Amino acid sequence: MKIPSMPGRVGGVIRFVVTTIITLLLLATLTFFLGQVMPVDPVAHLVGPDADYETYHATYLRLGLDQPIWVQFKLYLGRILTGDFGTAFLTGNSVRADVIRVFPATIELGTLAVIIGAGLGIPLGVLAAVRRNRLSDHIIRVLTLLGHSVPIFWLGMMSLLLFYSHLHWVGGSGRVDIFYEGMVPTRTGLLLIDSVMEGDWEVFESAVRHIILPAAVLGYASMASLCRMTRSFMLEQLGQEYIIAARVKGLSNWRVIWGHAFRNIRVQLLTIVALTYAAMLEGALLIETIFSWPGFGQYLTHNLLMGDLNAMMVCVLLVGLIFITLNIITDLFYKVFDPRTAR
Amino acid sequence: MTSQITTAEDLQEQKKKKSFLLRTARSPREALLQRVALGFLEFTSNKLALIGALIVIGLIIVAIFAPTIAPFDPNEQNLSIALQAPSSAHWFGTDEYGRDIFSRIVFGSRITLYIVTLVTVTVGPIGLAIGAFSGYYGGIVDVIVMRITDLFLSFPSLILTLAFVAVLGPGLEQAVLAIALTGWPQIARLARVEALTIRKTDYVAASQLQGASDSRIIFRDIIPMCLPSVVIRVTLNMASIILTAAGLGFLGLGAQPPAPEWGAMTSTGRQYMLDSWWVVTYPGLAIMVVSLAFNLFGDGLRDVLDPRSN
Amino acid sequence: MSLIPEVTDHSPLIEVENLWVRYKMRHLTMNAVRGVSFHLGREKLAIVGESGSGKSTVGRALLQLLSDNADVTADVMRFGDFDLRTASEKQMQKIRGAHISMILQDPKYSLNPVITVGEQIAEAYRVHTRASRKEAKARTIEMIKAVQIRNPERVYDLYPHQVSGGMGQRIMIAMMLIAEPDIIIADEPTSALDVTVRLQILAILDDLVQDRGIGLMFISHDLNLVRSFCDRVIIMYGGQIVETIAAKDLDKVQHPYSQGLLNSLPSLEHQREFLPVLDRDPAWMQQMEVRK
Repeated sequence: MKIPSMPGRVGGVIRFVVTTIITLLLLATLTFFLGQVMPVDPVAHLVGPDADYETYHATYLRLGLDQPIWVQFKLYLGRILTGDFGTAFLTGNSVRADVIRVFPATIELGTLAVIIGAGLGIPLGVLAAVRRNRLSDHIIRVLTLLGHSVPIFWLGMMSLLLFYSHLHWVGGSGRVDIFYEGMVPTRTGLLLIDSVMEGDWEVFESAVRHIILPAAVLGYASMASLCRMTRSFMLEQLGQEYIIAARVKGLSNWRVIWGHAFRNIRVQLLTIVALTYAAMLEGALLIETIFSWPGFGQYLTHNLLMGDLNAMMVCVLLVGLIFITLNIITDLFYKVFDPRTAR
Repeated sequence: MTSQITTAEDLQEQKKKKSFLLRTARSPREALLQRVALGFLEFTSNKLALIGALIVIGLIIVAIFAPTIAPFDPNEQNLSIALQAPSSAHWFGTDEYGRDIFSRIVFGSRITLYIVTLVTVTVGPIGLAIGAFSGYYGGIVDVIVMRITDLFLSFPSLILTLAFVAVLGPGLEQAVLAIALTGWPQIARLARVEALTIRKTDYVAASQLQGASDSRIIFRDIIPMCLPSVVIRVTLNMASIILTAAGLGFLGLGAQPPAPEWGAMTSTGRQYMLDSWWVVTYPGLAIMVVSLAFNLFGDGLRDVLDPRSN
Repeated sequence: MSLIPEVTDHSPLIEVENLWVRYKMRHLTMNAVRGVSFHLGREKLAIVGESGSGKSTVGRALLQLLSDNADVTADVMRFGDFDLRTASEKQMQKIRGAHISMILQDPKYSLNPVITVGEQIAEAYRVHTRASRKEAKARTIEMIKAVQIRNPERVYDLYPHQVSGGMGQRIMIAMMLIAEPDIIIADEPTSALDVTVRLQILAILDDLVQDRGIGLMFISHDLNLVRSFCDRVIIMYGGQIVETIAAKDLDKVQHPYSQGLLNSLPSLEHQREFLPVLDRDPAWMQQMEVRK
């Protein structure tokens, strides 16, 4: 980035803000552009196929479609900033209301998946690095490679087949068994938490039985990438001289690994976990379809398959926003928590 | 560690074994040959990578000889034998139209290979060129290119691909185009980073002093140095291309029926899954094995080509 | 400590006989150290050699710090009465730091970048004593003072990237001496430092070693430094000891390699147009081979 260099901190902040704004503008441009070339007539979409010419033309003008393209872009930016994303054709609600309704289900699923993925992936990655080229390293390597290679939708189906259909260990599709649906009032939108707040343990148990399988499948994918990252970060640290120094002091291997090497990769890992969390949206797209999970991913694909491309593009815009925000947050993590860049 | 030395005695021992590989090269061609031979030795000593390479070769052979290998016509319907479990006649069973699943998977390898090859041959060179130029020239071009790649990289690839498919419409060619459109920034990013470091090296400075043109420097000095890491990235990307394509197929947005695309096969088989497990199991397994093979192959390639990985 | 017997002042602290270190690579084996024998008492012993001569490997082999693919064998390798060859990792952890310690070359790499230097020193103390956090901190600050750093309380809370190379090496010395070891292996402790601070660091090291009666194994490639600083000098080449001699007799070395080393040093008293290039005769390796 060749923004005129400014001294110290202020320059850094300005540079940071400018690049972020450029990225956000590009995101808006991309979705706007895709919306323009999309093979759909937004007016017909809004007024329905039976509308007369008057209504059609009025809507056409209201949307500003007679205006030059940059005016339309300005209108588009205005709509983004005010959160006015139009009406979803499938549900009849505003897209904003829809997204607010479906998002918690995905958050709940994704959070549990990341907890599973990080909880397993990070320790396994550390182990693989410490036991480099030993049997355990090879086993972990095969496990993670499989996680990278398996189509997640297929893994979802196979696990349903095994754990639900054959073994009956877990609940099937949806967030709870049908007869529990709507039993607890929505407070946070996170069913596990809502049912605990209500003290309804039956619903809670059913919700656990439903979420565990999709979360485990999603978690396996994130475990694979977290594990590989952790392994390579750790290997880099374990080769450093300060590791020898720590051993010379007489520290136990445990202290050397966790107290010294791991302490150096914590911030790096935190950022990777944050990004994995966001990347979960991709897996969620497919997993929610398999498990009929009424979340954001299912909403996006439904809109796409049903031809409501406006609502779909709003979802894409949101995903982009989430990612960019997370990137900013992880950058800040580094600045705050790493003594080498802090103060 | 400073003390790893090779004494005369050690050297002699090695020389007996591989005299050609260890002697000082007498010509650039011999040096190249040595590199290739040593790389090959190292690659083949990595068993997992070798397995990956063999599976990839197997996939290519299956795709080429699909009509010979497949016992049935992949699209021939016969409702009287619909949803039959695997047997000696139908190794992987039959689907809801009585089509032989094994034959469909064999023919499906052509679609997989088609997508992977087409995406790779477009994305690799384009990404490499954009990255190398952007990194070499810097300035405003670089700023714009990097912001665009930033934006693209900030999406999970499947979601951005879906956005492009929404515009392009469903279909095999559209899927390839959408995957390629989302794939190039990764390569460009990588090539740019390499180009940035190479730009500052002394030998580039030496070329410049001798009056070499920018394009000569880019093609003779920069791009060859970027190649190893780009090749590794591209190979590893092949696995994710396969998965993205399968995901699109699963959502019904990739190759259209009756084409035996593996992702689409799992998708249509989903309705019959609970009673006929084989309808979804084998196509999914095929996706996994092939994508695993590309991952293993890419990993092995990285060990050989990228000295930093060791 | 019941594990390690008390070391008497008269016997050598460390005794090594016929030490071999082999690295097993995929296609070949490399001999880094070939049949080295020496002993170390409460003295300052230098090990000198060019890079690759195996001098660092000897130090690290004593502490079992070599990587997994290194194969260490010796007829004798002991610390006092304690056999270092058969020691388990657990036993070695009790030896390291508390009995044998090591100062590494470059504080820029050998201090953990994300832990404050005070914590790193205190950790070395706490691991061998049952000291509380508070005691350890007090002891650490004392130790920082002992390596002549002013304002130790403030330095305690600094991160390694905030201190200079010279101060970093003092911190390293403090960290390695705080558990009061019997032996210090100093692996080129001053080669990464500016010439101006080298002597200060050496003086500090010298004082502390002298005061506490510590045996010092000083690994270096700098003959002049070693001549004035150490009692005895071991000269290594190609993983073998070519000569052992008292530092004051360094001018009278016998072996052609040692002579070559000395001759290639520039000197103010005997100015020469060209410094001779060191001559390495492969036959020296063979000779030693037979003697083994």
